[in-house]
Amino acid sequence: MTMQNPLKLVGKAWAGSVDRFGYPKVIIFLFLILLSVLAIGQGQSMPGFIKDTLLRTSMIGVLTLAMVPGIVSGIGLNFGVSIGILAGLLAGCIGVEAGWKGVGGLFLTILVAIPLSTIVGMAYGWLLNKVKGDEMTVSTYIGFSMVSLMCIFWLILPFKSPTMIWAIGGKGLRNTIALDNTFGQVMDKALHLNFFGQQLPIGSLLWFGFLCLMMWLFLRTKLGVTMSAAGDNPRFAAAIGINVDRQRMLGTTLSTVLGAVGMLSYAHGYGFFQLYVGPLYMPFIPVAAILIGGATMRRVTISHVISGTILMQALLIIALPVISKLVPDGAFSEVIRIIVSNGVILYALTRSGGNK
Amino acid sequence: MKTLKKLSLLDLVKKNSVPLLFLILGLLGWMASGQPLPMLLQEVIYRLSRNLILVLSLIVPITAGMGLNFALVIGAMAGQFGLVFIKALNMGGVGGVGMSMLFALPLAILFGIGCGAILNRAKGKEMITGLILGFFANGLYQLVLLAGVGTIIPIKNPEIVLAAGVGLRNSMELNLINYSLDRLIPFKVIINNWPVWVPIATFMLIGLIAFAIHFLQRTKLGQNFRAVGQDKHISEVAGIHVDRTRMIAMIISTVLAAWGQIIFMQNIGKMQTYFSHEQVGLFSAAAILIGGATITKANFGNAIVGTLLFHLLFIVSPLAGKNLFGDAQIGEYFRSFIAYGVIAVAIVMYAMKKARADKAESADSMVE
Repeated sequence: MTMQNPLKLVGKAWAGSVDRFGYPKVIIFLFLILLSVLAIGQGQSMPGFIKDTLLRTSMIGVLTLAMVPGIVSGIGLNFGVSIGILAGLLAGCIGVEAGWKGVGGLFLTILVAIPLSTIVGMAYGWLLNKVKGDEMTVSTYIGFSMVSLMCIFWLILPFKSPTMIWAIGGKGLRNTIALDNTFGQVMDKALHLNFFGQQLPIGSLLWFGFLCLMMWLFLRTKLGVTMSAAGDNPRFAAAIGINVDRQRMLGTTLSTVLGAVGMLSYAHGYGFFQLYVGPLYMPFIPVAAILIGGATMRRVTISHVISGTILMQALLIIALPVISKLVPDGAFSEVIRIIVSNGVILYALTRSGGNK
Repeated sequence: MKTLKKLSLLDLVKKNSVPLLFLILGLLGWMASGQPLPMLLQEVIYRLSRNLILVLSLIVPITAGMGLNFALVIGAMAGQFGLVFIKALNMGGVGGVGMSMLFALPLAILFGIGCGAILNRAKGKEMITGLILGFFANGLYQLVLLAGVGTIIPIKNPEIVLAAGVGLRNSMELNLINYSLDRLIPFKVIINNWPVWVPIATFMLIGLIAFAIHFLQRTKLGQNFRAVGQDKHISEVAGIHVDRTRMIAMIISTVLAAWGQIIFMQNIGKMQTYFSHEQVGLFSAAAILIGGATITKANFGNAIVGTLLFHLLFIVSPLAGKNLFGDAQIGEYFRSFIAYGVIAVAIVMYAMKKARADKAESADSMVE
């Protein structure tokens, strides 16, 4: 063994890591390293990036987790998670109306969100069972229509709380509803860690970690294994007596419930609800995140959820100041987000496509 | 004899239930809105003339079995590049419109090839892939116009370029070409002392394009589109180059969308550089479906009737919302719900039918 050609070595490492992690993850990772080097060179505050990344991860994480039962049960990427998001928003408005505050208030709201999202999730699951093979197209447009239908309801629902309705006219919910007096960031106010002058959101990270653990455990129960079998090979599963449609409905419902919980976790970290067209394109964020993590339309693990969310958020957080220092125009980071997130979704769609 | 006639009338209603439903909805909305007829007529005529080419551009991919082409926005982007081009050179009039169409043509062909290549890798998932492709392309479009203009693309016109010399402004006045085609053959009807312009030249262009598509459908290529749309495998066996046929369908659609967007902007007279194209796919798809098209079948009648009905609803719903519920916003949300909802229902119906057919087929193969 003499000295190997360094180019060959790089090529080998490249092929190996692409094989193991998939193109999106490797490319995003390299891009992230490049941006980090630039950021350090520009003298940007790294602790600030770390804190923002962790905060965004804790916000988006649960929504990304909501993709798991969908993929596992065989409905693919749940672009219609906006249905769960809407249920979460509705529960959130009920919680604010009732004046629930603090960590207890947040969990009471989640308790309201669960039955709401279970009902819509089951209806949605029933529909997806009727459209096998076209779940993603159907769910995208069902999601879009539901968001635009709810726009009408946000205007006419009889909420009264002055923090939520328009000051002028006295009816109709506002576009953004501040949560600073109710349950905005309550978990992190209760539990945080000082890190170079930055407060790390330990409370909500623990919440995200707890839900990940629950999902991990669930996938190892008998029910979880049955669901994976139904998603993996529906024909075989049906042959050994598994009710595939029921498992798919279970997966869809779980995904929807996690969508609702994920929305509330998002709003908790963000400190605001965004109603009306706010949730329209929201599903594309967790879909992109889980694909960056290395998931495909048929295979997913909890590590994909965690690594994908962190990678995507770190990239977006660090890109903003670095790029705005290179090119002084604010719109670029949004452009990067559009290209990266839709790029990975497009890659996933064309890769598993193939003559069918 | 009498029963036969009755039956056929019932059949007619059944066959056209979707457009009829929207006709009733539109008329009710009009009554609620209380809009004067000449005003409504002008709006409907303008919207028909400026949207019809975009809607027509959906027909070929539907025939080729690729569903609703949500990547239409990419064609619209090519059209807007054409408009930026004539704006940079300060061209106006019908000549300007023609130049922008000419400039957009090679771009649209290139984009169409790209779309076709990508959609060929996502067979059976064309619609969702097209949608995401549109989003993705939108990012690239913004990148090019924000960072590329003034650096790689030498455009200097301070009227459209940002003060720093790099990047295009958010909006662009198109007064040089505004109505240039619409009023090339000036014609207006006075109804109740209200002038209603009829864009004769634009309708002639639309007619020309419609005729060209009609002619195309009758050629060998048109037959291939239908064959590929019916069954890809059998077509392949029959010696049709499936992937190439699908790509040609995308190229035609993208070019028509580019031209459609130019005609659209010519009527509007002001371009939102970064937003004007975004809803093109949504509104065109909703329109053709309201006209009675499905995911697998569409014709000119669907396009014309659908554009008319969808935009009738579009015009009257804010005022109707205001008069009925005291809030124009409700009407606006209602119309966007209609747009998304119609597409969702059409896709669900198509997917259900396909899933049933798949099931029957797999049951058959199991029996064998």
